[in-house]
Amino acid sequence: MAVDANTVRRVARLARIHEPEERLEALAGELNTILGWIDMLNEVDIDGVEPMTSAVETTLPLREDVISDGDQAAAIVANAPASADGFFVVPKVVE
Amino acid sequence: MSKLTELTLAAARDGLAKKAFSAVELATAFNQAIEAANPSLNAYVLTTPEKALDMAAASDARLKAGNAGKLEGIPLGIKDLFCTQGVRATACSNILGEFAPTYESTVTSQLWRDGAVMLGKLNMDEFAMGSSNETSRFGPVVNPWKRQDGANAALTPGGSSGGSAAAVAADLCLGATATDTGGSIRQPASFTGTVGIKPTYGRASRYGIVAFASSLDQAGPIAKNVLDSAILLESMCGHDPKDSTSLQVPVPDFAAAVSRGVKGLRIGVPKEYRVDGMPEAIEKLWSDGIAWLKDAGAEIVDVSLPHTKYALPCYYIVAPAEASSNLARYDGMRFGKRVAGNTLTETYEQSRAQGFGNEVKRRILIGTYVLSAGYYDAYYLRAQRVRSRIAEDFRQAWQKCDALLTPTAPSAAFGLGEKSADPIQMYLNDVFTVTANLAGLPGISVPAALDAQGLPLGLQVIGKALDEETVFAVAGVLEAQAGFTAKAKPWW
Repeated sequence: MAVDANTVRRVARLARIHEPEERLEALAGELNTILGWIDMLNEVDIDGVEPMTSAVETTLPLREDVISDGDQAAAIVANAPASADGFFVVPKVVE
Repeated sequence: MSKLTELTLAAARDGLAKKAFSAVELATAFNQAIEAANPSLNAYVLTTPEKALDMAAASDARLKAGNAGKLEGIPLGIKDLFCTQGVRATACSNILGEFAPTYESTVTSQLWRDGAVMLGKLNMDEFAMGSSNETSRFGPVVNPWKRQDGANAALTPGGSSGGSAAAVAADLCLGATATDTGGSIRQPASFTGTVGIKPTYGRASRYGIVAFASSLDQAGPIAKNVLDSAILLESMCGHDPKDSTSLQVPVPDFAAAVSRGVKGLRIGVPKEYRVDGMPEAIEKLWSDGIAWLKDAGAEIVDVSLPHTKYALPCYYIVAPAEASSNLARYDGMRFGKRVAGNTLTETYEQSRAQGFGNEVKRRILIGTYVLSAGYYDAYYLRAQRVRSRIAEDFRQAWQKCDALLTPTAPSAAFGLGEKSADPIQMYLNDVFTVTANLAGLPGISVPAALDAQGLPLGLQVIGKALDEETVFAVAGVLEAQAGFTAKAKPWW
């Protein structure tokens, strides 16, 4: 499953990272080296093995469905690149 | 008396209790040591000397009033991955800009609860992605240790917690917080002659720690010796309702376990960790470690962890997949860096292209690829099933032994720039440590010898889930038997 420049362009778009056209071939090479190494996982017999989804055997606890926090608009926008009146200011989304 | 900065944490605590010196005197000594050394070592990316003095003065008042906490007046360094209220936290990435958290991580809040004093924020690989500290936006940390060949090459302190390890090794704090996703506590500890422990997944809360790979990330301390690491770990652990994966179990008296001994314990030696090309000094260290434990009354058993060689490739699917999801939050809208484009999508793309470094981008791309339609089953799901196999290997081993002894890393500290051109060579640093992350198990690195170049090497002990006490017991014996007292000779 070799990665080419087109795949890198598509994946970079999915990841919302701008990669200039002239970098795509080099990146495809880097990713292929890493993915080629990862391909050794195909040697492992995984028949009947469940995927591991949790690092320890535990059940996720439920908490009371009550409001425990809030009223912190100033703290929430404190680090925003742009904010006004307790709101985030973002670039125009709808034309 | 030796310099205050050279004390162990436990000795400093005794000195403070006996009023041999004050917390303000101790903090002042560290503030001065950091100011002198940091231009050479680059261990701290932000120092908070005034905050340290304020916290120390409060500690002195509590010491005087007789209500001192367990870490009262103890100066610590904090990895820049931890959110610290009002004090910049960047994960050493440009994308976080001058982010100043409005809240405190649970782990650091527990250290302050127990009276510890903050000296500043410690350097690390960007988003903890790296094994050499070279991906930090602030430039690499320089290892306090030098080779004895006279060439004076600058060595890496390891990574990602390289700032934490270097600061402890150079007496720029009494202990440091760190995090470990694939070996980021234990490998730097091994490279700097310090002790580092990653507890069982879920022991320490991840709340307020910048997320890298959430099913693998775990906080722990780097310290000058095993007892100090046990004291720190005890304060860092405990259930936290703000982290749903934090375990609801009591925290044992880790410090008491350090002197428990290994009589009657069965120590497993996994044959798969004997890799091709392992340096002779590491082979010897491992044999010495086995002999020391046998001398102290442990039974040595050969065990097999047959899927060991698949752990790193498995990790390099699971960790980037989780990272690509976690790092999706850096969109330039709510915090950190925003680079304006012509459209909203362009703004996202430019903010992330300029905010993230190359290694982080590479991992986000791999993670996005292995999670994308058509590849999910072949890569991600397969890796999660291989991960089950790796965890099962350990469960089988625990039928035969109580803890495992291995080297921590496949080499001593290497030169800055030596491995940065080849990602896979860099990834192989974590070959012995990453299995414990995938299986969620506790692991410690204990300095045990110097190689022919005079560089420290560590031994790793891996334990059963939630059995840090046995890990500390074995580590305590290794430390006593190794008699490792070497320190980096100050050149900074």
